[in-house]
Amino acid sequence: MLTLNDYLLVSGLLFTIGFAGVLLRRNIIIIFMSLEIMLNAANLSLVAFTRFNLIAQPKLGPGLLPNYNGQMLVFFIITVAAAEVAVGLAIIVALYRARQTTHVEDINSLKF
Amino acid sequence: MASSLPWIILFTPLLSAVFITLFTQKQRGLSSVISIAAVLVSLLGSLLVFAQPNPVGKNQFLWLDLGNAFQVSIGVTIDQLSKVMLLVVTIVGALVHIYSLGYMADDEGKSRYFAGLSLFMFSMLGIVLANNFVMMFIFWELVGVSSFILIGHWFSKDSAAAAANKAFITNRLGDFGFMLGILVVWIAAGTFNFAELSTKMPAMIHGISATMLAVAVLLIFCGTVGKSAQFPLHVWLPDAMEGPTPVSALIHAATMVAAGVYMLCRVFFLVGASPEALNIIAWIGTVTAVLAALMATQENDIKRILAYSTLSQLGYMVMAVGLAAPDAAMFHLFTHAFFKALLFLGAGAIIYAVHHEQDIWKMGGLMKKMPLTFITFVVATLALTGFPGLSGFFSKDAILATAFEHSKPIFWLALGTAFLTAFYMFRLCVIVFLGKTKTNHADHAHDGPGVMVIPLLILGVLSVVSGWPFIVGHFLTLPHEEGHSLFVPGAALSVFVLGVIAAFALYSGKSEEPLSLPLFANKFYIDEIYAFLIRWTHDLLANLTAAFDRLVLDGGIVRGLFGGGTYGAGFVLRFLQWGNLQGYALVFGAGVVALIYYTLFK
Repeated sequence: MLTLNDYLLVSGLLFTIGFAGVLLRRNIIIIFMSLEIMLNAANLSLVAFTRFNLIAQPKLGPGLLPNYNGQMLVFFIITVAAAEVAVGLAIIVALYRARQTTHVEDINSLKF
Repeated sequence: MASSLPWIILFTPLLSAVFITLFTQKQRGLSSVISIAAVLVSLLGSLLVFAQPNPVGKNQFLWLDLGNAFQVSIGVTIDQLSKVMLLVVTIVGALVHIYSLGYMADDEGKSRYFAGLSLFMFSMLGIVLANNFVMMFIFWELVGVSSFILIGHWFSKDSAAAAANKAFITNRLGDFGFMLGILVVWIAAGTFNFAELSTKMPAMIHGISATMLAVAVLLIFCGTVGKSAQFPLHVWLPDAMEGPTPVSALIHAATMVAAGVYMLCRVFFLVGASPEALNIIAWIGTVTAVLAALMATQENDIKRILAYSTLSQLGYMVMAVGLAAPDAAMFHLFTHAFFKALLFLGAGAIIYAVHHEQDIWKMGGLMKKMPLTFITFVVATLALTGFPGLSGFFSKDAILATAFEHSKPIFWLALGTAFLTAFYMFRLCVIVFLGKTKTNHADHAHDGPGVMVIPLLILGVLSVVSGWPFIVGHFLTLPHEEGHSLFVPGAALSVFVLGVIAAFALYSGKSEEPLSLPLFANKFYIDEIYAFLIRWTHDLLANLTAAFDRLVLDGGIVRGLFGGGTYGAGFVLRFLQWGNLQGYALVFGAGVVALIYYTLFK
């Protein structure tokens, strides 16, 4: 039987992997994928919390039922993430056309 | 039914204003009908309210609730005072609405005009009915707004737009004091409600010092100074004559400017508690009465003469309040509303007949051309100047008698003003109605259409009878007349005769001004003094702030500090921007970790 902690552990691992990817990788597309992993880590923990948060809901049925509010939030996150990917990839494509590179160390002209 | 009647009186004009503004802007005839219907409903309601006994109990609902200490309700007071004022406002209002049908017949903005009139009726009735200070203040501002709208009705004319601004801004000055006064009273008594205030008065007087009470009363009086155009804020009323003449009759003669006096009478339990403040109020009224009468003697614009006359009569009323005789003030307010509205409407009929000419020297000989207007105008003039038997005689006599009892200097000044009143009013009549016609337009003048003449006739009757004690006794508490000698009415009558003789002697048959008194003709240069003072303070403030900006901000802080503070700070901060995206992300992550650490584990 999996417990809440197991899910949270996986979620934490995913988040760490994602964050490490953002910090360490040089290719901007990989960084972007890592960001998505971080978002999904958050989604996973939300779903897990929701699944294990059993409360009485007489309108829906007898006994203790999961509170699905958090899962609703996940749908929103997925939607926003999709939109973000669309915008982000478009920016990356535009960037590549302008600079012929997707490496972050080559994109530093905003610095002092 | 009985308890909803005041609300019907109050809100029907508002409905009319909203309806006209939203739906019938284009149908100008329909707009005027709606507005007149609304004011007639209010008139009918006021008559019904007047016929019924005063209701007992509270007729109000809670409007603003900020805990127990600060509760504001919207409610109505029905008592002798408000009943009479309701009648005055709705009768004069209805007649002015009907008269406007003729006067504004061909005006482009007729819908806007009638919507403005309806809005004004709503606001004015709100002041009359208000049962607490905050509600009164709200409607106080609303009459200011509607007055602004109506003065500036012909806003494409620069002078009208400027006059509207002047009226509004000058009123704001007074209203600011009024608001402070309300707050002082609230701090002292903990309530805005008039009835509660009057029961709490003894405790309140005990609780605050006489100085504080006088300050509170004088601050509240500031509202009157603004709205009733008392010296030194009287400057807006003559300029307000830029508005259409019916508006001048309704707002700037009969009702709104009297609201200040009405308010003082409404809270006389408070005002009368401070003899020091009363003294100042009486003197401000006297000064206004005298100055305005002096200014009127050299004015050539027919409406402005009447405006100065209004100022002067308002001065009388305020003087009466200051002499602790609110009954006399209300009496004069009551009679003045009718004859002054009549004078303005008569002046409007003349202006209408001579194609919007307002200079009295370009009229002349109108007695034969406009007989009905002439008769009603003279009746109103006689009533205003205190001809025995007409309404003004009784009310002015009441004030003079009070002044005679309480303060001799004020009495003599008031008597002098009565002389001046007779003088300038008969000057006006002699120049306008007698002699030869001086312009082509005056040659072809004739009485206005029925809708304009009938209101004149009704007001003419009211101007005659509204002072008769056995009639007015049904409406007002008449000032008591104890040990009343014949000296005061005798003196009033003799100055009246003197004034009339002087006017005839000086102006009969003249075609231009025989006197030249630049001081009076230029209104004691008060406008010029204000303009100078305002320019002076503006320049001073502007120079001070400019110097601060140039020396302290620019020279001192931006360039001077640290030998170039802004440049130095920028130089240090730019090293934070080192251009490595992942570096930023690392700092960002570290920040989050630190926050979590501090919130969860510290």
